[in-house]
Amino acid sequence: MHESTTVLLIEVGALMFLLGLLGRLSRRFGISPIPLYLLAGLAFGHGGLLPLSASEQFFSVGAEIGVILLLVLLGLEYSADELVGNLRAAAPVGLLDAALNALPGAAFALLLGWGWVAAVVLAGVTWVTSSGVVAKVLADLGRLGNRETPVVLSVLVMEDLAMALYLPLLTALLAGTGLIGGGVALGVAVLAVSVVLVVAIRFGGWISKAISARDPEALLLGVFGLTLLVAGVAAQLKVSAAVGAFLVGIAVSGPVAHHATQLLSPLRDIFAAVFFVFFGLTTNPADIPPVLLPAIGLAVVTITTKVLTGYVAARRAGIAVRGRWRAGFALTPRGEFSIVIAGLAVATPGIPAKLGALATAYVLITVVVGPVIARLPDFEWFKALLQPRPGRRLAAEGALTRHTPDATSQ
Amino acid sequence: MRVRVEQTSLPGIGVRHDFVTESGQRLGVVSHRDGRRALIVYDADDPDARLAAIPLRDEEAEALADLLGASLMLGQLAGLRDQAAGLLTEQIALPAGTPFVGRPLGDTKARTRTSASIVAILRGAGVIPSPGPDFGFETGDVVVAVGTRKGLDALTRILADGDPDG
Repeated sequence: MHESTTVLLIEVGALMFLLGLLGRLSRRFGISPIPLYLLAGLAFGHGGLLPLSASEQFFSVGAEIGVILLLVLLGLEYSADELVGNLRAAAPVGLLDAALNALPGAAFALLLGWGWVAAVVLAGVTWVTSSGVVAKVLADLGRLGNRETPVVLSVLVMEDLAMALYLPLLTALLAGTGLIGGGVALGVAVLAVSVVLVVAIRFGGWISKAISARDPEALLLGVFGLTLLVAGVAAQLKVSAAVGAFLVGIAVSGPVAHHATQLLSPLRDIFAAVFFVFFGLTTNPADIPPVLLPAIGLAVVTITTKVLTGYVAARRAGIAVRGRWRAGFALTPRGEFSIVIAGLAVATPGIPAKLGALATAYVLITVVVGPVIARLPDFEWFKALLQPRPGRRLAAEGALTRHTPDATSQ
Repeated sequence: MRVRVEQTSLPGIGVRHDFVTESGQRLGVVSHRDGRRALIVYDADDPDARLAAIPLRDEEAEALADLLGASLMLGQLAGLRDQAAGLLTEQIALPAGTPFVGRPLGDTKARTRTSASIVAILRGAGVIPSPGPDFGFETGDVVVAVGTRKGLDALTRILADGDPDG
């Protein structure tokens, strides 16, 4: 065996073992392991405590596969019917979500003088809530049965679907193909997404039948291979490998999707961890302190706008005041998607190196703070805050308490 | 009067059914894609929040359904007294988890095993009279059967798990 290979094995093995310990630690405290993986990456990257040497190539390719697996499993979560069914009902909320949360990010980048391409990148970073983290928080808090939960989920679905259009646009922008090239790329993306949705709705059964769910080995190789293939072709067409993978996930449905999810999840866990580490590896920890204050400011602003998004969305759905706050706070954590977007951008010339550092700090803050503040509406003092004040209570006394008009929002 | 059950899809998770009882209490069931189920009792003060979410295994859900259904069954039996002595007609909804969906009626071997006859199937708003042994069951079918109490009970058990003695 080559000496470089043995060093690689030692480095990768040691780091993964460490990640395992970190993952266990995070579960103990009930937080997402993502921030710890990022910190580990920071520690072992360029300018970190103990830079790794031999395994950079491995982590680079592994990170690529990690993104693809993150996206294909996201696609597997949804059926095409769910996505399209959601589209009509949740489109206004989706637009509100985009406006309230993408614009602060964009404005922030422009304020820092980073140029408009960086503005588009940062808009994406602040826009997308992590559906993985939120779904886990909702399950942990036992809120899956709550009536505001479908509102939260539909916002997440809209974001995930919007990413299928945003990512190719961003890829084109970063490749510097200009306005026409970007327009063409977006056109191709819209077309590809529409075709896949139609195919998935009409012929999803056939695709799923072609990959039998009976034999786990064949299924694993079939779905994984198809995903990499489509992701590669999509990247060749400048439509972003991530989107290709997402669409494969959408097209596969039924029992095949169910079994594929079970088989691919452990693989995703490994490579997604590699991806987060790689992102940390490529970020210089020395860049973080200068952007820490801006990151905190950005987090405060966008957590506020996200709470507002959830509140308004829940009110539209006829949810009472407490449920609106629960929906708002549940939506706040950003996560893997923000890192995926920043990861696409950091290697591009013209994008300030600080953007990666800012995104890292931002995700570290939101992903840790988000699940904690999601619990706020369950505390008694928070509920007490929402009680109508004495003066108004007298006015509302006549009506049944449950049908009291919402005093705080009007 | 039938209860108005609302169905809400939970993208990526499954589906939720809920309804409000006459006493004003909202009840729901969350069915996960992987078959897990949870019984949800809502908070009267905060109509959108769950007061309790009770995860149920398949057997537990079935046991609860049986318990809740038992009193209904007794009510129906009381109404059947004026029928011919010893011979009863009963509507048996194909239970969730029945092994017979997609299989022919002949597979139940109902008549030989229980002496009860399946005389019609209610499907949607329609009725299929005198189904033959080749008739294929679908989810949501309601079986109309004639037989003795013992025979009908055995048929119910066969439809539930395929085994008359189980």
